[in-house]
Amino acid sequence: MRPAPPRLAIRDLQVRFGGRPVVGIAEFGLGEAEIVGLAGESGSGKSMTTLAVLGLAPTVGATVRGSIQLDGLELTRLSQRALRDIRGRRIAAIFQSPATAFSPVFKVGSVVLRALRLHGMSRADAADAAARAMRQVLLAPDLLDRYPMQLSGGQLQRVAIALALALRAEVLLADEPTSALDVTVQAEVLELLRGLREREGMSVLLISHDLAVVAELCDRVAIMRAGRIVEQGPASQVLSAPRHEYTAELLAAVPRIGAGPGVTG
Amino acid sequence: MTALLEISDLSVRFGPVRAVDGVSLQVAAGPFGLGLVGESGSGKSTIGRAVVRLLPALSGGQIRFEGADVMALRGRALQDYRRAAQIVFQDPDNSLDPRMRIGTSIREALAAHRLAPRRQAAGRVRGLLTEVGLDPGFASRYPHQLSGGQRQRVAIARALSVAPRLLVLDEPTSALDVRAQARILALIGRLRTDRKLGYMLITHNVALVGELCEQTAVLYLGRVAESGPTGELLRAPAHPYTVALRTAVPEIDALARRSRLVLPGEPPDAASPPPGCVFHPRCPLAVPRCRTEVPALRPAGPPGRLVACHRGEEVLRGALGRALSLTAPQTGQALGSGLR
Repeated sequence: MRPAPPRLAIRDLQVRFGGRPVVGIAEFGLGEAEIVGLAGESGSGKSMTTLAVLGLAPTVGATVRGSIQLDGLELTRLSQRALRDIRGRRIAAIFQSPATAFSPVFKVGSVVLRALRLHGMSRADAADAAARAMRQVLLAPDLLDRYPMQLSGGQLQRVAIALALALRAEVLLADEPTSALDVTVQAEVLELLRGLREREGMSVLLISHDLAVVAELCDRVAIMRAGRIVEQGPASQVLSAPRHEYTAELLAAVPRIGAGPGVTG
Repeated sequence: MTALLEISDLSVRFGPVRAVDGVSLQVAAGPFGLGLVGESGSGKSTIGRAVVRLLPALSGGQIRFEGADVMALRGRALQDYRRAAQIVFQDPDNSLDPRMRIGTSIREALAAHRLAPRRQAAGRVRGLLTEVGLDPGFASRYPHQLSGGQRQRVAIARALSVAPRLLVLDEPTSALDVRAQARILALIGRLRTDRKLGYMLITHNVALVGELCEQTAVLYLGRVAESGPTGELLRAPAHPYTVALRTAVPEIDALARRSRLVLPGEPPDAASPPPGCVFHPRCPLAVPRCRTEVPALRPAGPPGRLVACHRGEEVLRGALGRALSLTAPQTGQALGSGLR
């Protein structure tokens, strides 16, 4: 799938943290209805890239230089006020631990409705949109009446995705969305993300340390190491014939059923 | 086999919740690995905690270590058992004191069991750090100065410091990225032979037991769904749930993910399990009998294989595989059918 022109375009991005460069990306694009993986180990700068795209890097004390464009709109020059309108509504994000996305003292529905109202929906429209989005992620709308602790991790992650859907976000940043989930639940969430791209035309940036998860979902992949992209290209190509040694090392670390020497009992 | 650990008919209840319901398992003297595989809520961690006596009481059954009833141990015998059986948890951040240097944390374990006079303790700590692949200089560092994988190595070093014969590894790599995970698994593989360890590897990812465990038990809602030699069990599962766990593992190779069994819904509430087979509401092969009759764990197929499924023989012969290959994976279908 050829991204032309990219919905999200990163050029000459430099993120510095405590005077140290932590991310340096020359060029990276995410096309319409495309799923691109950003893969690497802990500390490779994947999550800092997410924060930079969301305009949240300064809140953790990092400085951002370069260009991040959403459909041609330069995000790095926007005021925090203007960014707030884009965050959530046009660029949504889900994180590794869905529990941190919801306050434990509020019903998940009240968090979802408040977000929809903040982005300008009437009370009635918000309730409709929330119920519709819940069905899209294959959850019963009445789960909105529960508290986060009454839902499983997989259900909570679905509610977080439902919020992105209800806001009709164009880009979803999914930062290790399944790393805290059981493999069975992971398979469901990956299936759900695949469906969102196909039915809603959503563009997904998937951040993951697990190349098997990238292989399951992504059209293209960029391999990050120490803040830089060492290799990028179509996922099937990069993962079947890696050109960079580091990509090969990451591939070798993926556990495979029955691949090992095996032990005899 | 001579069992190092023998769990028979273990039951653990928390109020109305049957966390573990009649489970029997064995760990042979090391080097030997038993894999315990299942989703959240399957009871696998509760079994691990019961084994190292972190639960005040059992609701039923027995845990025997080298023949002795673990729950009956008192005084000196209990302290000896606490040395002999150690546990490593998922998150090393919760088991290491953030204000204590790594060396002090490990020395504390040695001191608690009076295993090394103060003069020798520093040398023992350096030896243990080297054994788990860390620089001995880490002894003077604090946990936050280490990566997650390094902290997990420290937790393993501390467990090893008291020379255990049984190790319970409760999701030891779930909080780590895949590269750190591969290194920890390699370490466990080395220690099992060097130390002749018997261990239980508790995990939700069935791909991790293949290289490290001779035997594997698959748990669902507090019961053993099936058990047997790991290689055979993974090659030819006898329980539909094992098929689901096995095919849920993400694959690099596109061909390997052709036939995936995705289970509809969530595991049922353990406080009010469904009648009959607890798996039937999510099972693609369920027949009327499954809704009324609880399947006993019984031999099926080659010697050593046990399965709690009325249709175990059919699953072994590939009934589910045929159903799966007939059902091409489709995106966006309702979850209802179970097969996608």
